[in-house]
Amino acid sequence: MHPIVTKELTKKFGAFIATNAITFEVKEGEIFGFLGANGAGKTTAMRMLCGLLKPSSGEAKVAGFDVYTQADKVKQNIGYMSQRFSLYEDLKVKENIRFYGGIYGLSNNTIKEKTKQLLQKLQMEAEADQLVSALPLGWKQKLAFSVAILHDPSIVFLDEPTGGVDPVTRRQFWDLIYEAAGRGVTVFVTTHYMDEAEYCDRISIMVDGRIQALDTPRQLKAQFQADSMDDVFLKLARGK
Amino acid sequence: MRQFFVFARKEFYHIFRDKRTLLILFGMPVVQIVLFGFAITNEIKNAEIAVLDQSRDYYSNRLVQQLQAGSYFKIDQELQSHQAIEAAFREGRIKMVVVIPPKFGESFFHLHKAQVQLLADAGDPNTATTLINYARAIIGNYQQELNGPQAMPLTINTTVRMQYNPALKSVFLFVPGVMTLILLLVSAMMTSITIAREKELGTMEILLVSPLPPAMIVTGKVVPYIVLSFINALVILGMGVWLFGMPIKGSIVLLLLECALFVLTSLGLGILISTVTDKQQTAMMASMMGLLMPTVLLSGFIFPVESMPLPLRLLSNIMPAKWFIIILKDIMLKGSGLREVWPQSLVLCGMTLLFVTISIRKFKIRLS
Repeated sequence: MHPIVTKELTKKFGAFIATNAITFEVKEGEIFGFLGANGAGKTTAMRMLCGLLKPSSGEAKVAGFDVYTQADKVKQNIGYMSQRFSLYEDLKVKENIRFYGGIYGLSNNTIKEKTKQLLQKLQMEAEADQLVSALPLGWKQKLAFSVAILHDPSIVFLDEPTGGVDPVTRRQFWDLIYEAAGRGVTVFVTTHYMDEAEYCDRISIMVDGRIQALDTPRQLKAQFQADSMDDVFLKLARGK
Repeated sequence: MRQFFVFARKEFYHIFRDKRTLLILFGMPVVQIVLFGFAITNEIKNAEIAVLDQSRDYYSNRLVQQLQAGSYFKIDQELQSHQAIEAAFREGRIKMVVVIPPKFGESFFHLHKAQVQLLADAGDPNTATTLINYARAIIGNYQQELNGPQAMPLTINTTVRMQYNPALKSVFLFVPGVMTLILLLVSAMMTSITIAREKELGTMEILLVSPLPPAMIVTGKVVPYIVLSFINALVILGMGVWLFGMPIKGSIVLLLLECALFVLTSLGLGILISTVTDKQQTAMMASMMGLLMPTVLLSGFIFPVESMPLPLRLLSNIMPAKWFIIILKDIMLKGSGLREVWPQSLVLCGMTLLFVTISIRKFKIRLS
């Protein structure tokens, strides 16, 4: 069973069709890239899969649960990190971890255990009692990702997670993503950065609410006779 | 339930780490109560007046003494001529001039009629009226005294007792007013701002993706403010009672329950405001302009509702504060019980229900 399955998934806002009958599957442990220009419908599609938005028509199952009728179950089984910053700046690092662990219903002991592991992994033990606002952006984002998968979800949705970060930190961030995928977590990520697209197992490219291409980066480059994902994207966006 | 406590704890961190929030929560109530209680008062004490006594006989002298006797007037100047009156007013200190014409005592006893002229600085009409009334009362007493007990064949004696506030202390009006204002401000403004902040920072999205039900998110955000508002209510009541001698004649339990009810009404309003705005700034402006201003002006806190024109009088009915001020005064000053204040309480219950219902509907629309 695939963790994410959609069929003709559509969202209309009045006369405007934000997401037009998209159909795709994401395999377990896969890093699935979701590309598209601003307004192409990426965020709408992701919000429907997370249970934040009700689809207008079509089907979607996330972690085996129907997004229409079992949104609660979906929410239990996913992690989410948004493009805008998702930790509380006026809370300490430790307090943020405890808060997110708490709202996902983890026990105090589990939270304590996980906090220790997490801080060790990020090498942030010294900063545990610092306010998040005092951390550099790259650290915040790594921390936000770790917090998003604190409750061991089977799928994690990342909405443009690396906006505004330098390439080195971005690379480190992707190491975290690979590590999670290696443990079997399915990663669904939207991005603007084409170099990031190369890191994904498979990519779908959305143009005007439709999925125009879906394959591995290598296949896509071959198909469009392009050297880089940048070229593939430009060819598609310009209408070939 | 554990999720709820986790949430509430986070909310307390937000509150106690933000100096501005703390200042609004705890600094403002104390400052307001002290300001309204001590500084802004419409009672008159030791008003400075001038006297132009042209008669200078025994009786006029005694009248002047009587005017000075109470704590209302202080005679600042003795004028010598009519020309000096204008100059005295212009100096600005003098609020009233008492003119006693020549042969005061003589005309009183022989013509059965004497005249005293009162001139007041009506630049401030309220003060002027109050001063004139005080002076009239003193002169009236003096007249009775001169007449002796049975001098006049037929008299109507009016005995006045100012029921529920015999000393006419304005604090009795301000304590309920300020309390209403503070509870409204803290509950409505602070909750609308705190919910708008989560939206503005994008953390609301994270919360909505989490398994927390939306109702829990709102309750989790609101409950800390309920607790703090209630503490505020207690502080204000305490200051009213111990600092200003405000009585609580009715049941304290009922009073506190009514406070809790009003806090809920205000929270409902705050949540409602937060459903229509995504920005903290907008939430603040909406609460300030849309809530505070009309409340101050129309709730009967400063201007009596009875003397407003009909449209404003009708409008004042939709101010939750108006009803709460009535409840507070009735319970504290008159010792009323639920039997007397149930209609107002019912209005507040209805409003709360309305605000919450609309908020829930709006919240759902936003989610789909």
